[in-house]
Amino acid sequence: MTQSSQANPDSKESSTPRDRNAAEPRSGNPRTLDLSESMRAAAVLFLSMTVITGIVYPLVVTVVAQVASPQASTGSLIHDGDRIVGSDLIGQPFDDARYFWGRPSATTPAYNGLGGSGSNLATTNPALRAAVQERTERLRAADKGNTLPIPVDLVSASASGLDPHLSPSAANYQAARVARERGIPLQRVRELIKTHTQPPMFGFLGQPRVHILRLNRSLDAVK
Amino acid sequence: MNTYAGIEIVVYFAVLLAMVKPLGWYMARVYRGRPCGLDAVLAPVERLLYRLSGVNPDGEMSWQKYAVAMLIFNLLGIVAVYGLQRLQGSLPLNPQELGTVAPDLAFNTAVSFASNTNWQAYSGESTLSHLTQMLGLTVQNFLSAATGMAVLVALIRGLSRTSTETIGNFWVDMTRSTLYILMPLSLVMAIVLASQGVVQSFGPAAEATLLDPTTDADGQAVLTQRIPMGPAASQVAIKQLGTNGGGFFGVNSAHPLENPTPLSNFLQLLAILLIPAALCYTFGEMVGDVRQGWALLATMLIIFVPLVGLGLWAESAGNPRLADLGIDATATLQQSGGNMEGKEVRFGVGTSVLWAAATTAASNGSVNSMHDSFTPLGGLVPMWLMQLGEVIFGGVGSGLYGLLIFALVAVFIAGLMVGRTPEYLGKKIEAYEMKMAALVILIPPIVVLAGTALAVSVDAGRAAIANPGPHGFSEILYALSSAGNNNGSAFGGLGANSIFYNSLLGVAMFVSRYWLIIPVLAIAGSLARKRQTPVSAGTLPTHTPLFVVLLAGIVVLVGALTFLPALALGPIVEHLQLTSMNS
Repeated sequence: MTQSSQANPDSKESSTPRDRNAAEPRSGNPRTLDLSESMRAAAVLFLSMTVITGIVYPLVVTVVAQVASPQASTGSLIHDGDRIVGSDLIGQPFDDARYFWGRPSATTPAYNGLGGSGSNLATTNPALRAAVQERTERLRAADKGNTLPIPVDLVSASASGLDPHLSPSAANYQAARVARERGIPLQRVRELIKTHTQPPMFGFLGQPRVHILRLNRSLDAVK
Repeated sequence: MNTYAGIEIVVYFAVLLAMVKPLGWYMARVYRGRPCGLDAVLAPVERLLYRLSGVNPDGEMSWQKYAVAMLIFNLLGIVAVYGLQRLQGSLPLNPQELGTVAPDLAFNTAVSFASNTNWQAYSGESTLSHLTQMLGLTVQNFLSAATGMAVLVALIRGLSRTSTETIGNFWVDMTRSTLYILMPLSLVMAIVLASQGVVQSFGPAAEATLLDPTTDADGQAVLTQRIPMGPAASQVAIKQLGTNGGGFFGVNSAHPLENPTPLSNFLQLLAILLIPAALCYTFGEMVGDVRQGWALLATMLIIFVPLVGLGLWAESAGNPRLADLGIDATATLQQSGGNMEGKEVRFGVGTSVLWAAATTAASNGSVNSMHDSFTPLGGLVPMWLMQLGEVIFGGVGSGLYGLLIFALVAVFIAGLMVGRTPEYLGKKIEAYEMKMAALVILIPPIVVLAGTALAVSVDAGRAAIANPGPHGFSEILYALSSAGNNNGSAFGGLGANSIFYNSLLGVAMFVSRYWLIIPVLAIAGSLARKRQTPVSAGTLPTHTPLFVVLLAGIVVLVGALTFLPALALGPIVEHLQLTSMNS
């Protein structure tokens, strides 16, 4: 729309113009304030809006979502037969050297699905440095001889405590350890990382990321 | 920050700005009662609502009547949310069998959601039943947003009408905001979010077997993981569109079931600023000069964009305290790098910072990363954006009416400089408007600073601190800045679920919402009575770059003068500590 030239479109709705002195704006209210009328309007509209936005709206969304995306709207669960073995969206804790380790989790116990939480440690808090140091030492102890710098997401707690992903750097950092522990070729492990790496959506949305639970499950499937 | 994040941020601003005009134009039609395309479906519903409630949709209200209607309606909301929490144990839709919420927490949460703050001292998945989330919180997400939009429209009418006593009808403005704007957008958004993996189901938590069992704090084996469910998508959609920000889950949009993919993240980020930005155009349309709206949007952007830049720089630099531990925090195409504590891999540093800035510029308050773990300057950005009074985008409606109040102050100051009676959009700005404007601008800083002073001087306030040193002070200052400006985000380490904080922050949220709306409506009523002053050579044009700079300067100056001393005690001194080697 171009520059609107009409002057004050709302002004034509106004009631009879009164010539009030603009410097004395505190004038009496021409309309009586009927409280019981306002109460009725408030009560009925509140109840109706509660039905519309609190019952009809979520139910319509639920019906459409469960029909259109039944898997995604119910937790993106991963099944193995009739057993639920996880969710595509929720990470799991790993501390066995044969598995890729995911993001450190600040929940108790780690990756507690009902208690998502970040560490909330400040950058200046000595406890953060101590925690990161402990994580670097554990990683290096499990992978003697690997002197590469450790990708930062592998030693920093996620925001949710449930992050299912690592950066490709952080997965590749662990590839040699996992290959050695499992006695499978490093090349095979790297291929699996690639298989479970999602690039940014449409080439730029979000970050490239490796799904750790899927990756670890595929390792177990390697014969 | 890597290339992906850079491109995403540029695309974000482009898409946001492209949507301002169409949505703003649509909303202007809704508020003028003109046909807008959805009438066939919604007009019968709207008429039925008016008939049931005895509302005459053509009945105009004085500002006092408008304010009373708004207050009664909001009070009902507070009572309903409080009641639902206290009774949820004996009500249906409670598959996790959660008990009654304590009175102080229930009070805090009720005020929080009615006032469009959505500060959360609880964790949704372990505190609130599905019924409370739906009937209490989702409803308030709509109605508190609609309240803000209604008040804005009333103020716009005050500016655009002449010589009248009335500023519209609250019931109509509230109903039309909900039915024609918030509801359709939320429906589409919720369905798209559910397709991305945001849960929308009424079942209890699912139980999954862990691939690599772990142990809990007592050394007991943990073999399974519970995956929470609930009607999240429907609530998350309106939480973003209505600048509410209250998460379905405790960690809000950092939770993979609340914000699972980069696409869900982009859409939620868009929804945070969408309506506040588009309302600028609606304003321009309704006052008959869209340039006025673009000028206000430009004012918001010239403050917002540099602060995003500061945040990106601070977070990308990472944490120097970890530099000697052999960690690789460089940004490459294989990793986000930077300060990743409290951030999710799928978002990285770039969109985490953009989100932190957007959610605090708008009074949204949802988070996709933990602000408490940001670097000191990275954390200063969201804190200061709140302290600017939530007028850089701000809440739906409330942000723009706040900025319009600053615009009145700006023309007043300009008028003082040249010795002319100031005018805004042809309305003379006089002593009464300036007194009311002073209330609107001064109340939030008083609440924030006095509240912070109280909290740091009593044991109950200090006991909640989680991090040592100046950061502990920052946690308290952040909490009061958030409640005192109706934002709702937090430095989450602060243990805010105590009687002290629930009461203090509850009162802060109440005062900062309703004690601001009343003077705003008073200004609307006063302006509506005035006549239009013809434009003359001495009129200060309010759509020019000069005015944009003046207005932005005043917003920044008020914010800086008020809060720099407090910020110096928190994030600024912490930044100096972080960058000096031996501390």
